[in-house]
Amino acid sequence: MNLLEARGISKSFRGLRAVHDASFDIAEGSVNALIGPNGAGKTTIFNMVAGVYSPDSGSIAFDQRPIHGLRPDQICAAGIGRTFQVVKPFAGLSVLDNVMVGAFLREKTAAGARKVSLSVLEKLHLAAKRDLPASSLTLPDRKRLEVARALATRPRLLLLDEAMAGLRPTECDQMVEVFRDLNRADGLTILLIEHVMRAVMALAQHIGVLHHGKVIARGNPAQIVRDPAVLECYLGEETEV
Amino acid sequence: MNRATALLATLLGVLLLLPLVAGNYLLSVATLILFFAYTGQAWNVMMGFAGQLSLGHSLYVGVAGYAAAGLFFHYGIGPWAGLWLAIVLCVLLGMLIGFLAFRFSISGVYFALLTIAFAEFTRIGFDHIDWLGGPGGLFIKVAQRDKMDLLNFRGPPAMYYYAILVLAAGAFLGCYFLLKSKAGYYWQAIRENEEAAQALGINTFRWKMLAVAISSGMTAVAGVFYAFYYNNLFPEQIFHISRSIEIILGPIIGGVGTLFGPVLGAAVLTLLADGITEALAAMGWEIPGIKQVFYGVVLLTVVMFLPNGIWPALAKRLGISR
Repeated sequence: MNLLEARGISKSFRGLRAVHDASFDIAEGSVNALIGPNGAGKTTIFNMVAGVYSPDSGSIAFDQRPIHGLRPDQICAAGIGRTFQVVKPFAGLSVLDNVMVGAFLREKTAAGARKVSLSVLEKLHLAAKRDLPASSLTLPDRKRLEVARALATRPRLLLLDEAMAGLRPTECDQMVEVFRDLNRADGLTILLIEHVMRAVMALAQHIGVLHHGKVIARGNPAQIVRDPAVLECYLGEETEV
Repeated sequence: MNRATALLATLLGVLLLLPLVAGNYLLSVATLILFFAYTGQAWNVMMGFAGQLSLGHSLYVGVAGYAAAGLFFHYGIGPWAGLWLAIVLCVLLGMLIGFLAFRFSISGVYFALLTIAFAEFTRIGFDHIDWLGGPGGLFIKVAQRDKMDLLNFRGPPAMYYYAILVLAAGAFLGCYFLLKSKAGYYWQAIRENEEAAQALGINTFRWKMLAVAISSGMTAVAGVFYAFYYNNLFPEQIFHISRSIEIILGPIIGGVGTLFGPVLGAAVLTLLADGITEALAAMGWEIPGIKQVFYGVVLLTVVMFLPNGIWPALAKRLGISR
């Protein structure tokens, strides 16, 4: 069953067509990646799903319900969690309090939110740092905190905006492990936008390739790395595969 | 019992017994401190918790004071009824400002300017309301000090002192629970990063409106108290921006966003300012405006050496968290 269905979505900024007539499906329980060169429109698509922009045309349905044009908070309440490429921790609050803010979406009481948050922190290996101010965390920990906060809202679909960018290969592998575990154990559906091909290849079952605002290829990792169109416009330029 | 609770209990005990030993002058100073502790706490809900800077809280003090005093002066309706009108008016005003700002994305400094603008044009507007005395002021009959008339909130200084003590203590307790609740977490998230807050499912417009409503409603109560304590209201004074500044100095010096900050800041400022004025007067120097100069010096010192306010540094020394 498809959890997310985007049909012919387009978005222009002052005449510049960032995304043109893009369609894609995300099956429940799958891990999907959206890749493409800089300026291909990945972040625009991400932001349309997350409710930051509303599409000029086309439709996005989550769990058979239209969600295009909703506000970010409504999207989150519907069951879509997101992280930010440039991490945005609540710097003055403790790690635990950061996650509790997310948990309050589905929990009425502070005690309930605390319980949910502690278990999420456990999963992301941040439990030992729960009382530290978020401002004192290192970048890998901040990235993990982003994920923890989003998870605390109990999403069915998790959107990851370059969650691996800036991480060292070993840290990247740890994150991949965390996401794989969340996908397998909790059945979480994931859509990631990623430049780090190492992570994409290790994690994604389905990959969509975006170029000049259009989806030019889709398939599993093995198909994508052999696709001539993809090699020409994207992977061919970089050799880190 | 932890240290914070012990400190609070001691403080409350001292404050409860104060009228037994204090003379009228000391009691009036204490009343003033508690007044600013209360209004500072109210302002703190908006700025300290939710991060929305208001520089126009004198608006709520004034509108509430005039509403209750007007009803009393013209119709003999006591402050207990007037209080409700005052709260409703101030909450509506606060929400109007909030709606304009948050709906049209006016934030930060521009939001602060909007709050100043509202306070200022209300000040000018009230100069032209003859029904409320205009620029000549509105006076209500001064209380007979020996007779206590709780129904009309007229009585001896100790009555006003206890009333404002109840308000300040209640505000402290209320803010404590707010901060621990979902609202407190959501406000702080909005204060720290609004975009991230929204991505976590927070309807930021609604929660900011709630902060404004609570803050303005709380300040309205202080306005009614002010009217019946001082018995006179002048638009030129009560709506003046220096009043708004006086309200926010306490929490800024004590510690924005903390519960003890507004209380501590109000005490430090009022005691030192009055102390210095008195000391200078005793030496035969009556210097007009010395209080304002003193406020400036304290503010400068705190901002330079304790940018988070006195309380966070003091709490660390005392081993109290937050």
